Amino acid sequence: MTLADMKHGNKFIIDKIEDKSTRLQALRFGISEGSEIECAGSMPGGPVILKKNLQEIAVGRRTAEKISVKKKGMI
Amino acid sequence: MNDCSQIDLDQELQADKKIVLAGNPNVGKSIFFNYLTGIYVSVSNYPGTTLDISSGKMGDAAVFDTPGVYGVGSINDEERVARDFIMSADIIINVVDASHLERDLFLTQQLIDLNKKMIVALNMMDEVKKNNITIDLEALEKELGVLVIPTTAAKNRGLDQVKNSIEKAVCGNDIFEFNSELKTEFEKIKSKSKNEAEALMLLEEDENIRCRYSELKDIPDLREEIYTARRRRVDEITAKVLTYDQNSSQVARKIGSYMLKPVTAIPMLLVLLYLMYQFIGVFVAQTVVEFTEGYLFAGLYEPFMRNLIANSIGFENFFGQLLAGEYGILTMAVTYIFGLLLPLVAGFYLLLSILEDSGYLPRIAVLMDRLLQKIGLNGRAIIPMLLGFGCVTMATITTRLLGTKRERIIAIFLLGLAIPCSAQLGVIAGLISQLDVFYILVYVLTIFAVYVLAGTFLNKVLPGESSDLLIDLPPIRLPDLKNVFNKTYQQTIAFVKEAGPIFVLGAALITVMQKTGLLALITRFAEPITVNWLGLPAATATAFVMGIIRRDFGAAGLTAIALTPAEVTISLITLTLFVPCIAAMMIMVKERNFKEAVYIWFGSWITAFVTGGIVNLFIF
Repeated sequence: MTLADMKHGNKFIIDKIEDKSTRLQALRFGISEGSEIECAGSMPGGPVILKKNLQEIAVGRRTAEKISVKKKGMI
Repeated sequence: MNDCSQIDLDQELQADKKIVLAGNPNVGKSIFFNYLTGIYVSVSNYPGTTLDISSGKMGDAAVFDTPGVYGVGSINDEERVARDFIMSADIIINVVDASHLERDLFLTQQLIDLNKKMIVALNMMDEVKKNNITIDLEALEKELGVLVIPTTAAKNRGLDQVKNSIEKAVCGNDIFEFNSELKTEFEKIKSKSKNEAEALMLLEEDENIRCRYSELKDIPDLREEIYTARRRRVDEITAKVLTYDQNSSQVARKIGSYMLKPVTAIPMLLVLLYLMYQFIGVFVAQTVVEFTEGYLFAGLYEPFMRNLIANSIGFENFFGQLLAGEYGILTMAVTYIFGLLLPLVAGFYLLLSILEDSGYLPRIAVLMDRLLQKIGLNGRAIIPMLLGFGCVTMATITTRLLGTKRERIIAIFLLGLAIPCSAQLGVIAGLISQLDVFYILVYVLTIFAVYVLAGTFLNKVLPGESSDLLIDLPPIRLPDLKNVFNKTYQQTIAFVKEAGPIFVLGAALITVMQKTGLLALITRFAEPITVNWLGLPAATATAFVMGIIRRDFGAAGLTAIALTPAEVTISLITLTLFVPCIAAMMIMVKERNFKEAVYIWFGSWITAFVTGGIVNLFIF
């Protein structure tokens, strides 16, 4: 399951961010592998919006497809 | 820019002590700067639109405001500039958005790791309260090891405490205290470098700093390890000091989320565009301009000027014509700049400042990302594109915020080709609003089609693909009106300074061409194109010659010629696509290179006349 499959309101955990530069940039914004995130919206064919507490980040579709996630409670 | 380059600090401000303001974008740094130094600077809400460094004095110390960044590094221009100022600072005032601690403390921790004396201004405490967040200030101070001062800069709270506490700046608790492996590596590099700050940047793989230490071999690449350790440390701190009460629901958050749901966001954007058109195209371009151009300038100022010239140096000689003739420097040029363009440009910048400061721009970027991907750009490109409607020259510079060289080439070409600037747009709106909806549609759709086709073409032809979007969405805020007006004023003044001399020169050139018969010659030679191909009166050639100097100058020239609706539409299409103005060309040469600028210039000629002709053939 990747970030691109997430719908508004889904809560999940970031499992793996493949691309290094995305990983580093996400670390700065406060999102890393293992972070608990909520999806705050998704443009059809466009970016996915992540929400962690009050912080919102928009991630492009292709990057989102390369970020794998797992549902909360799944290991 | 060469890799080892360093920012030259203003010589006058080489004070004994350097105080540098640092923080994420949109945290209110500039308000602190103004308070400390008393000089106004513009505060903007979109990450990456204030590259100008403001500096001022506070007692014996020099104070610098740096661009907002999420970390110290060399990912883009903002970071490189901020990094050089931060590394040369004696004291850092780190302004932090208290409602986004998880994000902002990453930079705070990095500043601490750079071993700089600093204090933290914990700003936007009012938003913390509104969002029902509790921050344990004492615990935060203890964890960071530096002074933390709660502030609400926008409401003038806590600014005096920050000013009085600058002397209490100390170095905080760096991550190496919590990670012995990284500490060993850090100590090793530290002994070989000038100071702690450079040692850290070397370990964090910063190209520019490494370049200055090219003789040092075997520096371990530890950026990811350090970033991860820093993120872990920040998460640890926030877990200790933050308590969220999620029950709060806020109007601004609701609006923000509606701006991101296609069902509500697209109608909102359309309504916004319609309101902008009503304001600029109808209210300013007609009501206001009728008064300023029609009454003030053409009615009062010009007759006065012509009289003055006729009674002094005489009207019927070359100089009289140059100053007050049909294209007179003191008549036509002045009327165009102040009567026609000034209200339009000011109106546009006013709207843009409101958009910028409200936090809506990044949301438009998200909305438009998918479409822009099709022409090889990503959502971020909406910023230079929108700015382009203000001034293509300025927008060309902001294409720097785009990730890749490929994106910059596409964006600059499209800006030069199909985006009319506010001055031109205003004249166009004035002309077009007198036409039927049919002609307006033909105009808008043609320009849009050319834009999309050119973008798609470049996307296919240039090697590589568009980069992906990854941006932070600032909260929706009500813009501060004082700030909006100040920014509008400064940008409008900048426009007059830039456009004024070119207009005067252009007016003089046209008069000379007219008097020497060159204009008539060009008009006759251009007839096959203007009359036969575009179906326009021969006189429009003058407008095109004027358009080479500035496109808005050309569009303004059209207002003087009597045209049918179809002729207006075709000439506007051709002029919009026509060559970028001289100032924009100079910036293109500077930002890209001479060859690309020349391609863009001739590409515009061809596109403009081919498109105009096609519309003439098939639609009218």
